[in-house]
Amino acid sequence: MAAGAASFGWPGHPSAAPAPDDPAPQMLPLRLTVNGRGHDLRLDSRTTLLDALREHIGLTGTKKGCDHGQCGACTVLVEGRRINSCLTLAAMHEGDAVTTVEGLAKGEALHPIQAAFIAHDGFQCGYCTPGQICSAVGMLAEARAGWPSHVTADIAGTAALSDAEIRERMSGNLCRCSAYPNIVAAIRDAAGSDL
Amino acid sequence: MKAFTYERPDSVAAAASLAAERPNARLIAGGTNLLDLMKLQIETPTTLIDVNRLPLDQVADTPEGGLRVGALVRNADLAAHPRVRKEYGVLAKALLAGASGQLRNKATTAGNLLQRTRCYYFYDTSKPCNKRAPGSGCAAIGGYNRIMAVLGASESCIATNPSDMNVALRALDATVETADAGGGARTIPIAAFHRLPGDTPEIETALRPGEIITAVSLPKPVPGIHLYRKVRDRASYAFATVSVAAIVAKGDGGRPSAARLAFGGLAHKPWRDETAERILVETGSADAAADRVLAGARGYGSNDFKIPLARRTLRAVMDEAAHA
Repeated sequence: MAAGAASFGWPGHPSAAPAPDDPAPQMLPLRLTVNGRGHDLRLDSRTTLLDALREHIGLTGTKKGCDHGQCGACTVLVEGRRINSCLTLAAMHEGDAVTTVEGLAKGEALHPIQAAFIAHDGFQCGYCTPGQICSAVGMLAEARAGWPSHVTADIAGTAALSDAEIRERMSGNLCRCSAYPNIVAAIRDAAGSDL
Repeated sequence: MKAFTYERPDSVAAAASLAAERPNARLIAGGTNLLDLMKLQIETPTTLIDVNRLPLDQVADTPEGGLRVGALVRNADLAAHPRVRKEYGVLAKALLAGASGQLRNKATTAGNLLQRTRCYYFYDTSKPCNKRAPGSGCAAIGGYNRIMAVLGASESCIATNPSDMNVALRALDATVETADAGGGARTIPIAAFHRLPGDTPEIETALRPGEIITAVSLPKPVPGIHLYRKVRDRASYAFATVSVAAIVAKGDGGRPSAARLAFGGLAHKPWRDETAERILVETGSADAAADRVLAGARGYGSNDFKIPLARRTLRAVMDEAAHA
């Protein structure tokens, strides 16, 4: 498995040169619905939802951080549920309603979570912010549905959305600027508003 | 990522046929582990069978008073299910201790059962690994092996099973239900589902080629206090170094009258030793039970700490049960 002399791959990533038995890339016709708008695409079957959004539809609000589901920068909502768009294929989401950070505001009116992030200065460089905001929207829907978390004392009951709950539920979104205190404050604030 | 042919069959039978007919096919459900491995070319399927639209996403009561969990039930939905929260607390807690909200929304019951190891050397294609490239050797033995196994390992492989859910399913004595292309179906007890590495660490489960998981069945609820304690390197969103799933019933004076204990992070499969459970009930001593569980434990250098940590974690769990 070690990369050969002619390989130029990154350590751990062997050369992309195809082996003789590799199948040819498969192009798939695909209709994706993003922020209420349909997009007819023709994509390599390997295309992740993240790359489809950014590279093919041109919605670059969703960010690529680690591309391995470890940082949460690529978080989007699919049928209202937050997921890592880097760890799913576009082809798996034909017919699903995808919402990205670009689809949260109503015209010029920011989504309450967006407004709260500005009010509380919930970011520094801003790279993780679209993922944080989409994740927070999904997380608050989960909390309103009564889902417990790892820090919920009584998982059979309901938990108030304490700071500890917000931190645990948002642990899939990393912020290298460490704006966490203000992110928690923004979400705490927005949780009380009508979403 | 290597190219593959994407298929979306409309029935379990069609998926099983494709899985049997196509060489080097993989099923994709949540994809949270498989796509990660495909990007690194550790998994290189030539056919990818998308099973997400198959009708395997329901949780239903069984006539025996248990629960039948469809293969495609998402980890988040299973953890939020009212009966799981109330009657199978150890499972809800294990699920909630795993991954992140985003990943739990995608990851499925069957996919979690088949989750592959997080061994650094399995992930590093420039290093030998008997699991990834059978016969190439094991770089973890003699390497940096902090997250590796201390029980049931072999000269071929010291990888661990990274799942939290699987540990709880082992404590609950769950059963894995499967279907195959020939119309056959069978049930596999969780104890026999995951394998120890032996000389063939690339074979991780009792599934036969092409066999598809359709559901996981839970027996009727086990009475007692349900606990899942996970020790990890950060407070959230990290794999276990050691975990303990416990169901403890208390008798006179608060002493355990019945106990089930399963350990995560220690071995290639969830580790359960019924003799240790008996010792715990007879003696009331977590240390006596730990002595039995860890009798054959062996560290490989950087993971030596797991042996005393497993003992301390069991003590903490029993302390929590005593005060619950």
